[in-house]
Amino acid sequence: MSNPTPETPKASGLTRKDFLSKTDPRWCAGCGCFSAFNSLTSVFPNTGIPREKFAIISGIGCSSRLPYYADCYGFHTIHGRAPTIAAGVKLANPELSVWVVTGDGDALSIGGNHFLHLMRRNADIKLSLFNNQIYGLTKGQTSPTTKPGTKTKTTPFGNFENSVRPLALALAAGATFAARVPDTDGELLREAYTAAASHKGVAFIEILINCVIFNDGTYLPLTDKATKADTTLRLKQGEPMLFGADRNKGIRLGRDLKPEVVKIGENGVTVNDILVHDIHRKDSSLAYLLSLMDYPDSPVPLGIFRQVSEPVHEFRSAYPKKRNLNDLLCEGNAWNLGATGEISPVS
Amino acid sequence: MSVANMKSVEMDQIVIRLAGDSGDGMQLVGDQFTITSAMMGDEVATLPDYPSEIRAPAGTIFGVSGFQICFASEDVYTAGDEYDVLVAMNPAALKVNLPSVKAGGTIIVNEDAFIDKNLEKAGYAENPLTSTELQKFKVMKIGMSKVAQKALEGGTMSPKAIDRCKNFVALGLMYSMFKRDKKFTNQWVQKKFKAKPELIDANTRALEAGWILGESGEVNDTHYSVTKRKVPKTAGNYRNVTGNTAAALGLIAAAQRSGLKLFLGSYPITPATDILHELCKHPDFATVFQAEDEIAGIGSAIGAAFAGALAATTTSGPGMSLKAEFLNLAMIVELPLVIVNVQRGGPSTGLPTKTEQSDLAQAMWGRHGESPIAILASSTPQDCFDTVVEAARLAIKYMTPVIVLSDGYLGNGAGVWKIPKLEELPEMTAKFRTDPTNFLPYERDPKTLARPWVAVGTPGLEHRIGGLEKEDRTGTVSANPLNHEKMTHLRAEKIARIADDIPPMTVEGNPSADILILGWGGTKGVIKQAVRNLTKQGVPVACAHLRNLNPLPRDLKPLLKKYKKVLIPENNMGQLWFMLRGEFLMDFERYSKVQGQPFRADEIEAKVRTLLEIKTGANS
Repeated sequence: MSNPTPETPKASGLTRKDFLSKTDPRWCAGCGCFSAFNSLTSVFPNTGIPREKFAIISGIGCSSRLPYYADCYGFHTIHGRAPTIAAGVKLANPELSVWVVTGDGDALSIGGNHFLHLMRRNADIKLSLFNNQIYGLTKGQTSPTTKPGTKTKTTPFGNFENSVRPLALALAAGATFAARVPDTDGELLREAYTAAASHKGVAFIEILINCVIFNDGTYLPLTDKATKADTTLRLKQGEPMLFGADRNKGIRLGRDLKPEVVKIGENGVTVNDILVHDIHRKDSSLAYLLSLMDYPDSPVPLGIFRQVSEPVHEFRSAYPKKRNLNDLLCEGNAWNLGATGEISPVS
Repeated sequence: MSVANMKSVEMDQIVIRLAGDSGDGMQLVGDQFTITSAMMGDEVATLPDYPSEIRAPAGTIFGVSGFQICFASEDVYTAGDEYDVLVAMNPAALKVNLPSVKAGGTIIVNEDAFIDKNLEKAGYAENPLTSTELQKFKVMKIGMSKVAQKALEGGTMSPKAIDRCKNFVALGLMYSMFKRDKKFTNQWVQKKFKAKPELIDANTRALEAGWILGESGEVNDTHYSVTKRKVPKTAGNYRNVTGNTAAALGLIAAAQRSGLKLFLGSYPITPATDILHELCKHPDFATVFQAEDEIAGIGSAIGAAFAGALAATTTSGPGMSLKAEFLNLAMIVELPLVIVNVQRGGPSTGLPTKTEQSDLAQAMWGRHGESPIAILASSTPQDCFDTVVEAARLAIKYMTPVIVLSDGYLGNGAGVWKIPKLEELPEMTAKFRTDPTNFLPYERDPKTLARPWVAVGTPGLEHRIGGLEKEDRTGTVSANPLNHEKMTHLRAEKIARIADDIPPMTVEGNPSADILILGWGGTKGVIKQAVRNLTKQGVPVACAHLRNLNPLPRDLKPLLKKYKKVLIPENNMGQLWFMLRGEFLMDFERYSKVQGQPFRADEIEAKVRTLLEIKTGANS
């Protein structure tokens, strides 16, 4: 069954203020969660979706306090399980706009299983992962995305485990929409949220959140004005993957199928050798390769990686014609006992 | 001997045990015998007994699959303790089931399977068909494979396919012995194999061959039947139903009755999976989500309840353990939810295909914090329907999760069920709050203490819920000490008040007896059977059964006080016994059985006799 045609968004007449609850956000001063929250609540009124149709579902952690601060339907559930609640909300009422807010520990450690299945089912649910590479609410333990070597309360001599790449995981599981945005880029945050809102299917948005208390500066090379032009690659639909302060560096697909950094003009490299970004590419292999690129070996790609249309979970079942309850209960060899004791099959 | 010379014997009830390899088709033959008997107006109770392996090695002791049928002229409460007739398709089936054949009972064996290889697998040093082992029984040795081969010779079917029809030879023979009408099975065969005419022909012929053999007088000289019932049954539609199917249909019926969309979030687990299977067949009545795990099963159901559906999750013990944290969330956010636990032998993976009643304590106390949840238990396969409907009614009315304890014995067991009409079901209306005026998410109904149910999507009532403690009435997050205490008491009081909304206890048997047998859940049938037997033997005994385990009926304590002795038989170590001692400061007689098998009526009878200090009589 094909997805229903999305209605043209109508202006709901609401403003960002209409989406702020009476509870003021209580994140630490300077926390990246503020920026993500502000962007989300600025995008909601512009989607044309009425306020009552929004449901924000969260798990446990700093990120997951967000539902309390937004004036729409909200559910602060239990650790790691927000995608399961979201699945039920969406299946019970497919008209709702369902948003999961989660963190790196919530989504990828305790909730790893649910994360995988939310992505592969392609339910029309948006999942926003606030990745600060640390357990914040429990005061600073290593998380599945903590970089190797990082000293935390549970890795006082440096993290010795490999870390999860959230985008790679989402894409491998079949995410039909995937984006990565740093908390410092409000414009890109709004762009990604807006695109996610209109995407019919699952949307995964990784937000690089700076935890000012327990992991301050972990993304500094990517967000610092002095370095970000060389450490990040801004992905733009239909444009060559160029970066650098002089925009003279680019990404070429190497012979070993590895994206490699090249310089325009060096060794005969021209702009025609540079990969052109296409979010609608059905095959997710290139998006996956991009998701593996990491600083300092290569720039970190930011923006929308993938946006393709595939059948949506809640509209995939074919329903037979509705029967009445009595017919249903009598299915399977029922018989009728008449008033005078005669027995006949119920047809 | 000709048919005219056949003897005719009428009995009150007859118990038949069919046993063979998992692949011998005993469950199918059992189903056919059951439905035929029921359609002929007899009362029927059945009990399948599957091995936990899907296809255990052929001929082995642990691969024996059984199906037990009791048919009778009056209400039957159990599939019976001992068998009048055992049909054993191989030596292993004989070995496993022989201890429960009544003295002088009939044993029908498939002689063709009693070959050296199978005898060895079953651990027989000597062929029991030629030794003295079966002396005290009436043995019918029938080469069922040979009968099938002869009946189907000249056809196009392979010898292997022909051999698979031997179960219908056995069925035909039994139809002759017990004067069953073949037409219901023949009609079923026509329908079932519509696309495979060769199978219609083969099964019909195999059934006929077995029947002719029975009528010939060569192997059997007696027709057995049960006397026709004296009190006619109420007119209406009937069917045979298993507890699991009944539970699934109960969820559908409750949703229809309350005008809600039905949502099931579930994960496969023995012995509860048949509820999930059944609901998957009816997408016009239920939105079914096969979740990635037990946790997601209940999580999705809670989400669906938040969005305004009648939500349910179905599972068994290990799944209940995994769902505990989410049960607490459902409890504190006060959303309606039906949780069906088809209990199996625990702890851990335990005995997946066997029955037990050992999750009562878990349902009561198996969560962190003060976490009161309403608990009901179904008592017969048919009652799984009513109990689930009642659970849905309470869940909606009191805005609470409700746990239904079924068990493997009930879930797989079957009985004749009078199909109710929608309007006969208890009234239940879901009242959604839609008025934004003075809306507070935790403002309570003064009588039930239920909070308002607001479906996500309702304009003007946007609000937030969650697992953090919340302020009374407003629902705002609160860590205030006195508020926490108040909310803890309110949540407990809400569940306690359900006691005003449940029927009083009823007593069966001799109400002025000195001893009362108090049961809960799946022991009802066997307790009633024991009381019936003891009453016939002149032993005064009463029984009462609990459906509501939390809260308990208000009149339970005064009722228990009336009796000198109260016997509580449970398929656990005494969980209800422990609960009632704590609740009532009274003592009771505990009777525990944890063998993965239900009680037998004669076990309960013996226990009552011991308690009453009655010496064992000849007929006990």
